[in-house]
Amino acid sequence: MSSGTLYDKVWDLHRVAELPGGSTQLFIGLHLIHEVTSPQAFAALEDKGLSVRCPERTVATVDHIVPTTSQARPFADPLAEEMLSTLERNCSRHGITLHGLGSGRQGIVHVIAPELGLTQPGMTVACGDSHTSTHGAFGAIAFGIGTSQVRDVLASQSLAMNKLKVRRIWVDNQLGSGVFAKDLILHVIRTLGVKAGVGHAYEFAGPAIESLSMEERMTLCNMAIEGGARCGYVNPDQVTIDYLAGRPGAPSGEAWDRAVAWWRSLVSDPDASFDDEVRFDAAAIAPTVTWGITPGQGIAVDESVPIPEQLEPSERPIAEEAYRYMDLTPGQPISGVPVDVCFIGSCTNGRLSDLQAAAAVARGRQVFPGIRAFVVPGSEQVARAAEAEGLDAVFRKAGFEWREPGCSMCLAMNPDRLEGRQISASSSNRNFKGRQGSASGRTLLMSPAMVAAAAVTGQVTDVRHLAALPAPA
Amino acid sequence: MTSPGSFPQGEIRQISGSAFTLRGDDIDTDRIIPARFLKCVSFEALGDQVFADDRSELGGSHPFDQSAHAGASILVVNGNFGCGSSREHAPQALMRWGIRALVGISFAEIFHGNCLALGIPCATATPEQVLALQAAVEADPGRRWTLDLEGNTCREPQSGSWSISLDPGAREMLLTGRWDATSQLVARDAELRATMATLPYLNGF
Repeated sequence: MSSGTLYDKVWDLHRVAELPGGSTQLFIGLHLIHEVTSPQAFAALEDKGLSVRCPERTVATVDHIVPTTSQARPFADPLAEEMLSTLERNCSRHGITLHGLGSGRQGIVHVIAPELGLTQPGMTVACGDSHTSTHGAFGAIAFGIGTSQVRDVLASQSLAMNKLKVRRIWVDNQLGSGVFAKDLILHVIRTLGVKAGVGHAYEFAGPAIESLSMEERMTLCNMAIEGGARCGYVNPDQVTIDYLAGRPGAPSGEAWDRAVAWWRSLVSDPDASFDDEVRFDAAAIAPTVTWGITPGQGIAVDESVPIPEQLEPSERPIAEEAYRYMDLTPGQPISGVPVDVCFIGSCTNGRLSDLQAAAAVARGRQVFPGIRAFVVPGSEQVARAAEAEGLDAVFRKAGFEWREPGCSMCLAMNPDRLEGRQISASSSNRNFKGRQGSASGRTLLMSPAMVAAAAVTGQVTDVRHLAALPAPA
Repeated sequence: MTSPGSFPQGEIRQISGSAFTLRGDDIDTDRIIPARFLKCVSFEALGDQVFADDRSELGGSHPFDQSAHAGASILVVNGNFGCGSSREHAPQALMRWGIRALVGISFAEIFHGNCLALGIPCATATPEQVLALQAAVEADPGRRWTLDLEGNTCREPQSGSWSISLDPGAREMLLTGRWDATSQLVARDAELRATMATLPYLNGF
């Protein structure tokens, strides 16, 4: 059992009651909603004759179904139009702030809440989306919930939850040049497996973590759920405080100073005890690419697709399925695998620093002939900031399409999808069969810089070596 | 799609019905219900759409398409079932197809919680037990199994009895009918207000 960790402190602060049956009623400090997992929850609320308990603690946006090309209303897809209209009606009826298209603040829910200063250390954050773990980057307990639980949070601003164990993931040294938080989390997941974190919150700590920017910490925590951990978090520090200063949702004036003191008090105690700990060496991590059909099937870019004998017996059946589905051969180097579509975006890697990293690779180069490459900023604010720096021009000049914010091809509930057996280089978070919109489409997950490297070479390429290759005249 | 009968309500003590298996670890919720079916404002149509792409790929031989499994209510699976997206649409699709209980080696956490919110137990057993259970279930699809939450068994008169376990909190909620948590949560508003009064970020720090 853990004690003295940030998770323990924040859990204790938010306990409302112990429920019969042994679970805890936990107050939810910030409830984020979007158009996919809210309609049935609002309908259920109304069926039960209930109203929204804390509309002021509820914030909405639209992200999964929006087109990233023309966002004119009504949408061409009538189902998408109905979902957004339903969200608009529900928010209006219940007095919930909706950051909608053209508001200047719309975007992927896990991008906008942090950038608006809504996500803060010491909160509990819930959203009907598994990548809610992203917000743990601020030292919050943040987790995904299903639609019935969305109904419960709307009705009571609380949930019946069971306390998790806490595993500390301690990362020594520093990530090398060309290696990013995305590579770190893919490396953690490939090492520990996709279900190792079930029943756990992951605390990410150590010198490598302290050196990460807030956006990188968000990438890291975003994919905790892919390792089975419903929550992942980083203790708040000066990096966190500096990020929050001046944001619309953040405290100001005298309250700011009090807030900073309180946030600092939440960090895991020096003598905190964890249920267990795993250590990694950041310096040993290379750009990492998934080759298969689960996020755990990752390898370094200079490695080869594992042969069955290299795998645990329990991992072999799914590897056999992955060889077949991905049309990759055991022992085949992952570097050099040709790609068809390159997608930069998603709640994992759709923030300004992600676009900057990709643009640095794209600058002066051209998208490889036959490749379709596009960049989807994670929010309107990210898009405007990127445009102010001229990143959109860099991408367009290189032959990338520059799109409007949304979840896009991460999960293809919108027009962005693979076709047939196309294979993508993608900065998103899941490579399950059919994930990106084609029942036979194939996904290689990697960092935005690596996606850009694949885009300009037409194949999986070690971005660290790209600088040594001449840019085309 | 089979006629689902009524959805779970009240105290859930045992589920009886025919059973079938779905083999494989790490079956994720994108497979259980592909994302394009999430474009809906109600869950009603999901029963027909469960495992849509896997079924289409197998052209009628998928376990959810086999006529011998029509009307079944217990599904026996392997490890990390329901991993990936938190979409409640996944257990909703299973439920609306007709599933009322799952037995497996392990379940992904959010999926497990979503099933509980619908009154669908996710019982677990060791890998050896699950493989043996799957073999027994496959031996005769017509047999009637009982998942007994009070006695912690999954049994069939001719096939035998297997020990299963449930998360203790989930088991308690199912047995007492408190798995439908909303009214319990709403009832404790005084305690909620007391908690809110102590949280710095709600009170100007």
